[in-house]
Order: sequence, then structure tokens, then C-alpha cells
Amino acid sequence: MRPVYAVSGGVSKFAKARPDKSFQAVIKEAYDYAINDIGLDFKQFTEIVDGSVASYFSDHFSRQLMAGIMAQDYLGLCPKPGHRVEGGGATGGICFQEAWKAVSSGYMDVCVAYGFETMSHVETWKGNEFIALASDVSFDYPVGGFYSGYYAMMVTRHMKEFGTTVEQLAHVSVKNYMNAFHNPYAQKHQRLSIKDVRNSPMVAWPLTRLDICVMSDGAAATILCSEDGLAKLEKASGRRLPRVKVTGIGRGTDAMRMSDRPHDSYDKFMKSYALPHEIDSKETQAYYKKLWSKGFRYPGVHSFRAGRMGGKQAYKMAGITDPLKEIDFIELHDAYTSSEIQTYEDMGLCRYGEGGPFAASGKAFMPGIDYGLKLKDKPICPVNPSGGLIACGHPVGATGLMQAVFAIWQLQGTIKKHFKDDKLQIKNAQRGAIHSHAGTGTYVTVSILEKEK
Amino acid sequence: MPNKNNNETKREENLDGTIVFNLPFPKKLDKESLKQLKEMTPIVKRQPYHVEYLHSYAQDSPFFAGLTNHVFLGNRDPKTGYTYATPRGADMYTGNETEWVRLPDEGKVHAFTVCHFGSEEFLPETPYVLALIEFEGANTLFLTRLLGLDPTKASLDWIGMKVKARYLRNSKLKPTDVYFVPAEAREE
Repeated sequence: MRPVYAVSGGVSKFAKARPDKSFQAVIKEAYDYAINDIGLDFKQFTEIVDGSVASYFSDHFSRQLMAGIMAQDYLGLCPKPGHRVEGGGATGGICFQEAWKAVSSGYMDVCVAYGFETMSHVETWKGNEFIALASDVSFDYPVGGFYSGYYAMMVTRHMKEFGTTVEQLAHVSVKNYMNAFHNPYAQKHQRLSIKDVRNSPMVAWPLTRLDICVMSDGAAATILCSEDGLAKLEKASGRRLPRVKVTGIGRGTDAMRMSDRPHDSYDKFMKSYALPHEIDSKETQAYYKKLWSKGFRYPGVHSFRAGRMGGKQAYKMAGITDPLKEIDFIELHDAYTSSEIQTYEDMGLCRYGEGGPFAASGKAFMPGIDYGLKLKDKPICPVNPSGGLIACGHPVGATGLMQAVFAIWQLQGTIKKHFKDDKLQIKNAQRGAIHSHAGTGTYVTVSILEKEK
Repeated sequence: MPNKNNNETKREENLDGTIVFNLPFPKKLDKESLKQLKEMTPIVKRQPYHVEYLHSYAQDSPFFAGLTNHVFLGNRDPKTGYTYATPRGADMYTGNETEWVRLPDEGKVHAFTVCHFGSEEFLPETPYVLALIEFEGANTLFLTRLLGLDPTKASLDWIGMKVKARYLRNSKLKPTDVYFVPAEAREE
């Protein structure tokens, strides 16, 4: 495996609808931005780039098959190699990792990963129907297929087993909206209170509209390269580019139907799923033994085994043994406030069952922002400094790449340049994680990015 | 669709529209008016799309025949006994082809939600209760509709509640041919 640099990125404006431009033209906004940010023009970059990976989730939304090649030709990338990836909500994260593979394997020196979704071509409730088709159409969809409903079932189980509260969920929404207030790319700019979140219309009990991300039109692109690729880009642009390396990737999967998820024993959990810092702690082992004695089984419907596996692999590759202390920030797939809380646990920021108190503790908040909340702890590892999916929007195929772009900018220390506001710049950020998540936790990717020392 | 909440301040959008037969366009195509064309976007039109599929339940078909005959079936690994409350032709852990077993008509609520909104197809049915049911002797769960509970009074106490299966008299060959009600609900 060769070292891989994430050298640049661009994000289009995310909006409820972008009827002003075709999907190819929206991708080009993000693509041009990424090229210009390394000081190249379209023609110079076209000469250097070796190929691409395209990311979009649903053929239904655009009613256009093989949209990937239409982006490829619009961007002038033909006849270079390219392919489309699809893996539900994790499509963007998968795309980033496939581009990493292309470079790491030696197949390409410079690879561009681009993604988009145009969700505005159908009404919201038809869009929800399309998304629900990403559940088993024999056994799940016909019962009342609705993703918010699926996630709400996980929430009721999480609340019942661990005592998680709706106010703890609402902390995630308040945090992410407040962060997004300083991010010009975000679709939503609202300051909220816990009360606002709880008083917004109930969608699937106990999740309200403000617990759930919105549908969007948008695109994102990132440029990945090898050391040789970096040298070519630097030669063409005539300047030294900031070094952000991809130091770990991980990916896990789980059964499409939530009903099929295992309910495993303590021993199986410790053997196959526990993270190093959990295995090393006698206190944590005692905590988990107690959970199991109360009826906890893993992963059940309250936890994401795929997310745990993605994190575990990525941490191992990047040499991370205590994620909360060793990662400076995470851009995490918060399609729901509840899934952010579930993912804190999967990624080992806290133990299973402790996600609710962790969410309300302040540990995942940004320093220097007034959230209007009383938080017990100081920030340790800000989660979704950008505002996440909840406030930025979730144009599915672009989302995982958007996270990569924001992470690259954090590690470059260039948030002020791109956001025209440095409020969201994490001081001295050395290492960040991006987390992309599909279905009810079916495909999950975790990638680790680091500033080269 | 009508607004479902009284505190909504925005009307739901829909795709009802007007049929248009002509579009204004510059009379003269000189350099300036060609340049102005860039300001005359976007044109957005309605584009209906309808498909009929022949969906095969394939190896899972006996489950639906079971529901039609008011029998709740699951699958079991013949060697390990691992039992699926939602049909599956092959066991995930051994790769063995599963066999059919009859599952009890009673179970417990494992998790639930009340959907106040839903996909377009199910919007007219809101609010409805979705639940995952656990069964004695089965290792996995079954997704179903739960009836007989007040959807405005959702409570975590519903988790663990004993429930029993009911069947549609006129089968639709859908997983909703079976649904669940609280075990103490009176027979009808």
C-alpha cells in the first residue's frame, strides 16, 4: 500500500432544490472549486488526473441510469477510467475509499472522487418512498416502509434499555444546527433550543422533524493522490500543497433487515467487536457484564455492528487505541440525532449504553460557541463541527464526500478561507475521522485523515 | 396532502400544476438576445412514471401461503436450530438451507414507533404503529403493524407487551396479511 494524500476538495451549495443546474453542472461547481483550490485550471488538471470514482445513491431520483458517465463526460474526464459506486447513505464514504484504493494500489497517481444527488425532482413523501425501497421490498417496505420509522424503533429500544432521553437526542440537534450557523455551505441556518426540537412536528415517535436531516440537491468532490501524484500537482501549480494523509480506512456491513440482526453474548462481543481500550479496561468489562446480565444483547436493533467494524479496522490501520483522546474531530453521519448517539458508542467515544449522557455532556461540542445549554464537560472531540447532515443537508451521494472536504479543510487549517469565518476551525487539528452510514446500518465506512507532521 | 399539525405555518407542496402550450422567446435572435437566454432558465415540467412489476416471493412463498391460511411460519437451520421469525432461505451462520417451522401466534413487542408521517404510499394510513416482535423459540424478529393501541399515547411501556397475531380474512399476499394486537384484546 502506498501513502495517499487528500489534497483538495469542493462542495456545491446544498439546497432543497437546484433547478438552476443539471446534476453534471452542480458536480462541476464542486469539481472546479477543488481544482482551483490547488492553483490549477481545468485543462492543467485534466492533463494530470488519472481517473475517477462517481458516487450517487438512487437512479430513481434522477430517473436517469448511468448518470455517472454523464458527469464523467461533462467534466471532460473521458476516456480516462472511472466507475460508479453505490451503497445507500454510505455511497460517498465508499466512493472516498475506492478512490483511496485506486491510489494506494498504484493504479492511479491522481484520482478524483465526485458525488451528487438530486432529490428535489420528486415530492418529499415520494422521496421517502424511494429511500424506503432501500429496505426489503418483500418483508419491510410493504409494512409501512419509512426510514424515520425504522430509526425511531431503534430509538425506543435504546431508550428502554439504557434510559436515553429525548432531551439528550435534542442536544445533538441544537449542537449541529448551532455549528452550521457558521458554515455557509449548510442548507439550514437556525439557532435552536431543546424546546424547539421537541416542539417541532412529530414524525415518528419520539423523533421530531428537527431530529431528522433533510433531503437536498448537491454535489461534492475530493482529489486524492500518491506522493508522485502530489509532485505532479505541485509542479503544475508551482506551489507546495498542504499535506493531509489518509491513514486508515475501515468498512463494515450488516443485514438489510433490522429483524435479522444478531443478539450476541458478552463473550462473542469481547472476542469479535470490542475495541482495544475496552478490552484493556477491567472496569469496562465489569460494566458490560452488568449490561448483559440486564438483558443487553449485541448488536440488537439499538447498535450498529457495521459502524463498530468500520471504526475498529480504521483505528487499527491508523494506530488509534483510544479514539476519544486520539481523534481531534469527527464528521459523522447524523441522519438522525439518535444515530449520532448510537454512533458515539460504535466508534468507542463512550461505551454502549452511554451515548445519551455523552451527547448532553458537552464532550462532542465545539469550543468557543455558545449553545445556550448548560454542559457539564469541556469539548474533547467535536462531532460534526460543520453541522453534519442535520443542518448541512444530505444529498446522499455527495454527503460522505462533503464530510471528507470539511475534514481536509479542518486539517489544512483553511476553514476561514473556505467558510469566511474561523469559528468552526478546530485549533491545531492533527487527526480527524469521517463516518458514512447506509440503510439501517448496512454499510458503514470510517476513514481517518491526518495532517502530516 | 393536508397539513397534519395545527402548528404548521407552511402548506405542503404538491405536483399539481398547469398545462403550458407555449413559452415566451425572443422575437429576434441577435447576439444580445442569445446572451439573454441564459437568464431564461430553468424550465421545470411534470414527468410521470409508472411501472408494473411481477414480484416473485420465490423461496419465501410458503410464508405468504401460510398467512393466507392463518398460519405464521418461520425458517430454521436444520442442524443448529437457529430460527428466523422473518423468512430466510439459507442460514447466515452455517450456509445451510433452512426448513419451515410453525411459529407461535403470540410474542412480545421488542421495539416500536408511531409514524405520524410516512412514504407517499402509506401517508393516508398515518398515524400507524410499526413494531418489531420477538417470539419464544425464535432468534430473530418480525416487523409488523401493531393495532389496538392509542397512537397519541405512545409509551416505552409498550416494549415487552404481550401481543398476538391477527390475520386478514381476505389475503392481499403481503406481509401485512398478519398484524398484531395486545394479547388481552378481545376476540372479534
